[in-house]
Amino acid sequence: MSNFFEKSDLSRNDAESIISDTLKKCDDGELYLENSKSESILLDDNKIKNSKYSSDLGFGFRAVTDEIVAYSHSNEISKNSLKQSSENLKSTLKSAKGVYNQEIPKTNKKYYENINPIEQKTLNEKIEILNKVNSYLRTKDNNIKQVTANFLGEQKSIEIIRSGGETLTDIRPLIRFNVTVMLEKNGRKETGVYGIGGRESYHSYLKQENWKNVCDEALRIASVNLESKPAPAGEMKVVLGPGWPAILIHEAVGHGLEGDFNRKKTSAFHNLMGQKVASEGVTIIDDGTINNRRGSLTIDDEGTPTEKTVLIEKGILKNFMQDRLNARLMKTRSTGSGRRENYRHIVLPRMRNTMMLNGNNTQEEMIKSVDKGIFAVSFGGGQVDITSGKFVFNCTEAYEIINGKIGSPIKGATLIGDGPSILKEVSMVGNDMMLDPGIGTCGKAGQGVPVGVAQPSILINKMTVGGTKL
Amino acid sequence: MIKDQKYLTEKTSYCLDLAKKLGATDSSVVVGNSISETVNFRNQKLDESNRSDNLGINLTTYIGKKKSSISSSNLLKENLDTLIQKCIETTKNTPEDEFNSLPDKELLAKEVKDLNLYDETHIKNENKIEYLTLLEASAAKDKKIVNTESSFTQDKSNFILANSDGFSEGYKSSSFTVSSVTVAKDDKSMERDYDYSSKCHLKDIKDAEEVGKLAAEQTIRKLSPKKIGSEKISLIFDKRIAKGILSTFAGAISSSAISRGTSFLKDKIHQKIFSDEINIFDKPDILKGLGSRCFDSEGVKTNTLKLVEQGILKHYLIDTYNGKKLNQKSNGRCGGTSNLYFNNGNISYKDLLNSKSKCLYVTETIGHGSNIVTGDYSVGATGFFVEKGEFKYPINEITIAGNFKDMFQNIILADDLEFEYATNSPTMMIEGMVVAGK
Repeated sequence: MSNFFEKSDLSRNDAESIISDTLKKCDDGELYLENSKSESILLDDNKIKNSKYSSDLGFGFRAVTDEIVAYSHSNEISKNSLKQSSENLKSTLKSAKGVYNQEIPKTNKKYYENINPIEQKTLNEKIEILNKVNSYLRTKDNNIKQVTANFLGEQKSIEIIRSGGETLTDIRPLIRFNVTVMLEKNGRKETGVYGIGGRESYHSYLKQENWKNVCDEALRIASVNLESKPAPAGEMKVVLGPGWPAILIHEAVGHGLEGDFNRKKTSAFHNLMGQKVASEGVTIIDDGTINNRRGSLTIDDEGTPTEKTVLIEKGILKNFMQDRLNARLMKTRSTGSGRRENYRHIVLPRMRNTMMLNGNNTQEEMIKSVDKGIFAVSFGGGQVDITSGKFVFNCTEAYEIINGKIGSPIKGATLIGDGPSILKEVSMVGNDMMLDPGIGTCGKAGQGVPVGVAQPSILINKMTVGGTKL
Repeated sequence: MIKDQKYLTEKTSYCLDLAKKLGATDSSVVVGNSISETVNFRNQKLDESNRSDNLGINLTTYIGKKKSSISSSNLLKENLDTLIQKCIETTKNTPEDEFNSLPDKELLAKEVKDLNLYDETHIKNENKIEYLTLLEASAAKDKKIVNTESSFTQDKSNFILANSDGFSEGYKSSSFTVSSVTVAKDDKSMERDYDYSSKCHLKDIKDAEEVGKLAAEQTIRKLSPKKIGSEKISLIFDKRIAKGILSTFAGAISSSAISRGTSFLKDKIHQKIFSDEINIFDKPDILKGLGSRCFDSEGVKTNTLKLVEQGILKHYLIDTYNGKKLNQKSNGRCGGTSNLYFNNGNISYKDLLNSKSKCLYVTETIGHGSNIVTGDYSVGATGFFVEKGEFKYPINEITIAGNFKDMFQNIILADDLEFEYATNSPTMMIEGMVVAGK
């Protein structure tokens, strides 16, 4: 555990009294302290291109009254700096008349270990694996023209001190391993990308079969794309494979169910609580409690214990994802969804691991039922306009379906749909739910946070496919 | 107050000295401080105030051809000592790379021009509130506007970049940014749009009422959109979208993508990749320019480059490392382009709209659908159907797709270039792209 006051002229007692004094007429607020250590080692173009180590230390001081948030952050943990921040907050909230909400639920559960993954393997061990990855791939296929592989490891210690001195802490490990392969054949180039990660130690991830699987998968995707034809353009049926394609859920409905957009009534879902927003077979949850997952949290960045939040149950909209501010203003409770990228940012309601649960159909049935459409297996990323509800995601591996059979691979294309209506177009839900491999980062208001997604195969009756073949 | 040159130089010198003492043969370091103060409004009331004070260091050490780097926000001596030691240890254990080195000494910037990038003015939060009050009153005038969110940010920063070859330079810069995002609603739809202004000097930012009015107008005109059928049609890209196509071009000619072979423009140097009328500049010394700089992130001097001349690609964007790989000298583009722009075309905005009996005017795209390896492009789009030069109705839930190799050859530019961002384009027409809709 980091001792944030050890090398500072600011004692814990001083800090507590500044916090209590600053927040006495506020509805909420806290001092958030963070110490993170991260490393990145990159192999590219046959060489170790980069080895980088970072350490980041700082605090963010937040005061909330009614709807107004005042925030001030600094890298310098000192008496002067905290006092300066306190003055900034007080000057914004001159007329605050709030009553501080003391209530924070408690938890003893932890969903990951107190480890620092960076320290678990030496630099040389990591470099050795990256070199093995490079030579394994380059000997496997002569068409390989480029291999990029990298490790990212991080340990983030946080401490939240609330008015009155209540203190909550968490230590969060996070690792990620990625491989990108570029193939060139007959003048045509295509890439394949695959990665794995989670809140885990490197040990379980860096076993030979694991890194080889990642290499094989990246190479397989690139090889498929090398044979791809132009994608069709227009509305058609779409079968999504299990796992990572659940980016659809994240973009189409996830963002629209975050508390802030609904309090502000700027989400296309804000007036649909209790109503049918999806086919009956569709149940969607946002779950921070899965052990060692990328999107899991023991407590959120306001100190609220994480939970499994049911968003849509059998097609009916049940809950939004809430942080403390939006929950208070909407007269409900926080779902433990208050997150921030780091101490430089304010808390926002965010997703954790967003999952569509199993139904009864098989992927085979879905493909059989489609005369003309596409089968999308892997995606690069997505984006949503939460107000109009329109969302997109980009295929990185997809095939045409003709007369119930999978045909040729097609080039990467963007798929576009309408969030509030897309889930009503889900006509079959598979029984093959899978978690994504642990590589997702969600961006909102300039803040990136690690998230996960999961889903079984699904059949969507119609979506617009953004290809070039009319 | 942001840290001054003296404080920052003390830190850079300390790092370079200690790195050398611990065995580094070369090193480079940047220490920067930025303070930003933001006020946010929502529905004509104060919503958030945010002050951020960021101090950071980035050190790269070399031992011969071995290289490693560290970064930190904690500049206390004790922490720096530990990190520099760690950096040296890591450098020793990292394999050699023949292309690793500091920039050639003769390429380093000798003089630092005053480009007028810093405005001393400090705008107090009270004055930001006054501006936002006017802005939001103007944005909320029409009843169809149901939500307004606006913000005003003042950013001041200072840095020193130094290396063991004796380079040590840096300068202050500032930016003042206002933005307004509005949501409009009618029976059938809810839409969002924005307006924005960002300048180095406070007095240059747009008038509050104008920002609010434009945001509201641009949002209201999007209400009750239609979805059109799939077809091949001419597209007109609004300036704010057209500049994105220029950014993709810049990504594809970066020396890193070229040397790694991962760009569709590899081996296209001195070839014709655009039509004759197209000229592209990267000009670092525009006074008060949002992308202006005196040297790149390695300290290499940056001259104006005519990247594309009459459709022909003349330069890649080269840094030291990738330059050595390509056997070329750095042209001061480590960290990317500065003020990048297309020269004006020969046709007015109005004539461009009128040049086709029908076309699609794109105001927003979503998704990350630009692939610089293959040149394939496919993104979601929002815009307007244009007939005989007039906006007929709004359109959404469509995609637009093509390949940059073809798109670049078919660009026609209007003559309405303005310098609102670091990367700027006049309004742009591209013929023959595929729209997917119903």
